[in-house]
Amino acid sequence: MADALHPADRARLAVFLTPAYLWLTLAVFLPLSAMLFFSFVTDMPGDVDQWFVTLSNYGEFLRNPTYASLMWKSLKLAFTVTILCILIGYPCALVLAKSVKGRTREALFLMVILPFWSNSLVRIFSWAIVLRGNGVLEKALNAVLPFEVKLKLLFTTDAVVIGLVHSYLPYVILTSYLALQAVSDDLIDAARSMGASSLTILWRILLPLSLPGLLAGAVLVFVPVVGSFMEPRILGGRMGTYYGTVIEDQFVAVYNWPLGAALSFILLAVVLVVLALASPVLRKAKT
Amino acid sequence: MTLKSVPSLATALVALTAGGAFADEIRVLNWQGYGTDIDWSLAAFAEATGHTVVHEYFNSEQEMLTKLRTNPGAYDVVMINAVFTPQAAEEGLIAPIDTSAIANYSGIPASFAEDEKLNHDGTVYGVPWTWGLTSFAINTQSFDAPPASIEALWDKSYEGRVSIRDDALEAMQIGALATGQDINNITDMEAVTAKLAALMPQLRTFWSSENDWNQYMAAGELDVATYWSGSASRSAGMGLPVAFVVPQEGAIGWLDGLSIPATSTHKEAATQFINWMIGPAFYVKWDADGAPASANAEAAAALPDEAFNKAVLGDPEVVARVHFQDAISDETRAAYLEAWQALKAAQ
Repeated sequence: MADALHPADRARLAVFLTPAYLWLTLAVFLPLSAMLFFSFVTDMPGDVDQWFVTLSNYGEFLRNPTYASLMWKSLKLAFTVTILCILIGYPCALVLAKSVKGRTREALFLMVILPFWSNSLVRIFSWAIVLRGNGVLEKALNAVLPFEVKLKLLFTTDAVVIGLVHSYLPYVILTSYLALQAVSDDLIDAARSMGASSLTILWRILLPLSLPGLLAGAVLVFVPVVGSFMEPRILGGRMGTYYGTVIEDQFVAVYNWPLGAALSFILLAVVLVVLALASPVLRKAKT
Repeated sequence: MTLKSVPSLATALVALTAGGAFADEIRVLNWQGYGTDIDWSLAAFAEATGHTVVHEYFNSEQEMLTKLRTNPGAYDVVMINAVFTPQAAEEGLIAPIDTSAIANYSGIPASFAEDEKLNHDGTVYGVPWTWGLTSFAINTQSFDAPPASIEALWDKSYEGRVSIRDDALEAMQIGALATGQDINNITDMEAVTAKLAALMPQLRTFWSSENDWNQYMAAGELDVATYWSGSASRSAGMGLPVAFVVPQEGAIGWLDGLSIPATSTHKEAATQFINWMIGPAFYVKWDADGAPASANAEAAAALPDEAFNKAVLGDPEVVARVHFQDAISDETRAAYLEAWQALKAAQ
C-alpha cells in the first residue's frame, strides 16, 4: 500500500510517525530489551567483574517445581477475578448504557471511575482496614444483624480476590459500556416489536454485538492480574504468595535481577499462549 | 575528678577547633534513621570537632556494597553488618582502622573487638558499634507468664495469632533454633522445613517492617511474633503491651560495625566520628530514644539500671544464650530462599 503513496505523502508520514516510534523505542523497546538481556546473564554486569551469558535462569523455572505451581495458582486467580469482573461489570455497563440517562448516568459513571483516581496502594490499605477482624465491615454487619458475625476475611485468598476485583472492575465496565453504547436502540425496538423477550434481546442482540468490548475488558483484567503482587502481599497474608510476589522478591529482596527478569519473560510467554488459545474466540467476536 | 576533666576537655576542644581550618565534611552511608543521622548528635559533633556530617542511605546490604564499589571517594564512614564486613574487606572496599586513634575503643570487650568477622589479616576493618537479637516478643495481655521456650510459636492455643517476618534467612534460623541446630551450619534442612511447615498454619500473616508489627500488635491481631530486640524496646516504649523473650533455645545475634571506605579522603575526621558514635555520651542519649544495644561495655554501663539494653541485654545469662550470625555464602542464601519460597507457595 505504501507504494501507492506520493513521495511527498511518504515524507509527511515519516515526519508524523517518527515521534511515535521514537517514543515506543524509548519507553517500551529499550527497557524490555534490557530486561531480556538481563534474563540471559549470570550476574548483573557492573555489580561484579565476571558474568556470563546463560540459559540457567530459564532452566531454574523447569528445575524448581515451586515456580510452575505458583504460575498455575496465579492463572487460577486471574481466571476467578476475570470471571467475577465480567459477572459484576457487564450488568453494570448494561444498566449504564441502556437504562439510565442524563444526570443519573453521569453520577453512576463517576462512581465507576472514582477508584481509578485514587492511588492503588491507598485502595488496598483501605480494604485491609475494612476486611480486618473487628474492622469496619465486621462492625457494620454486627450493628445491623441480630446475630454475631465473625468474618475473618483479611489475610485470605478471598480478600485478595475482593481487592483485585475492585481494582480492575472499571476496565470491564468501561469497555463493555462503550460497546453497548454503540448498539442502536432501533435494533432493540425492532426486536421488541417482533415480540422478543428481554432475555432474547440480551442473548441474541446485545451480547453478540458488545462481545468485542467485553472481551477487550476481560483481557485488560486478566493480563495484569496474573502478575499482580501488591494485592496478594497486603491482603493475602500467608496465603499471598503468587507468581508476581516471587518475581518482586527477586528484584527487591534478593537482588537476583537475572532470575526475576527470566521469570517475567516466562510469565509474558504464558500470557501470550493463553491469549493465543483464546484468539479464535476473540477473532469470532470481531466479525 | 569531674572538675579536672572539664579543663582537659576544654583544651581538647581548643586543640581540635584550632584545626578548624581543616574542618571537613564527612559523608556517612547507613540505613536511614539508624543512629548516625540524629540532629542533636551531629550538632554536638560539629561543635566539638568542626566537622559536618552528610548522609546517604541504603535500603539493603547489597545496595550498600554496590554503592561502595561504584562511588569511590564518595563516603568516609560506612555502617556494615558484621556478616558483610569480610566481603567488603576482601574486595578492598574498606580500609584498616587505626584503633589507637579511637579513645573509646578501649571500652569494647574482646568478644566483640576480636570478632573474626571484623578483623582481617590481623588488622581491624570494623569497629563494633551496636548489637541486638532476633527472637520473639509476646503480647503480655495474652500470656500469664513469659514462655520459656521458642515452642510458644508452635503452641496451638495461639493458632492464627502468630507472625514471623517474611525473610528466608530469619525463618530458617528460627527453624534451626527450634530444632536444636547450629544457626550458622544447618545440617538437617529437612527437619527445619518440616518444623516451619508446621508453623505455617499458626500464622496470621507475615510482617515486613517495625511499623507493620506495631500496627498488628496494636490492633490485637497477634499474640506472639518474631521480633528484634531494639524494636521491641521501642514498641514497649510506645506503650504497647509487649515483652521481648530470649527463650532457652537461644536467640539470633547480629553485630553492626562502623568502617572507613578505602577511598575515603577524610580518614582522620571519619575516625573522630566513629569515636563519637561508640562513646557513652552519645549512646546514653540515643538509648533514651530507643537504640540497639551498644557494643561498648562502658557505654552500656552508663545507662540507667532500668534501661532495656542494660536490664535485659546486659544480663550475662541472656548473652550466653546468643548465637551470633556468621557470614552466609550466596549458595546457602539461595538454598534458604528456595526452601522458604516452597513453604510459602504450598499455602
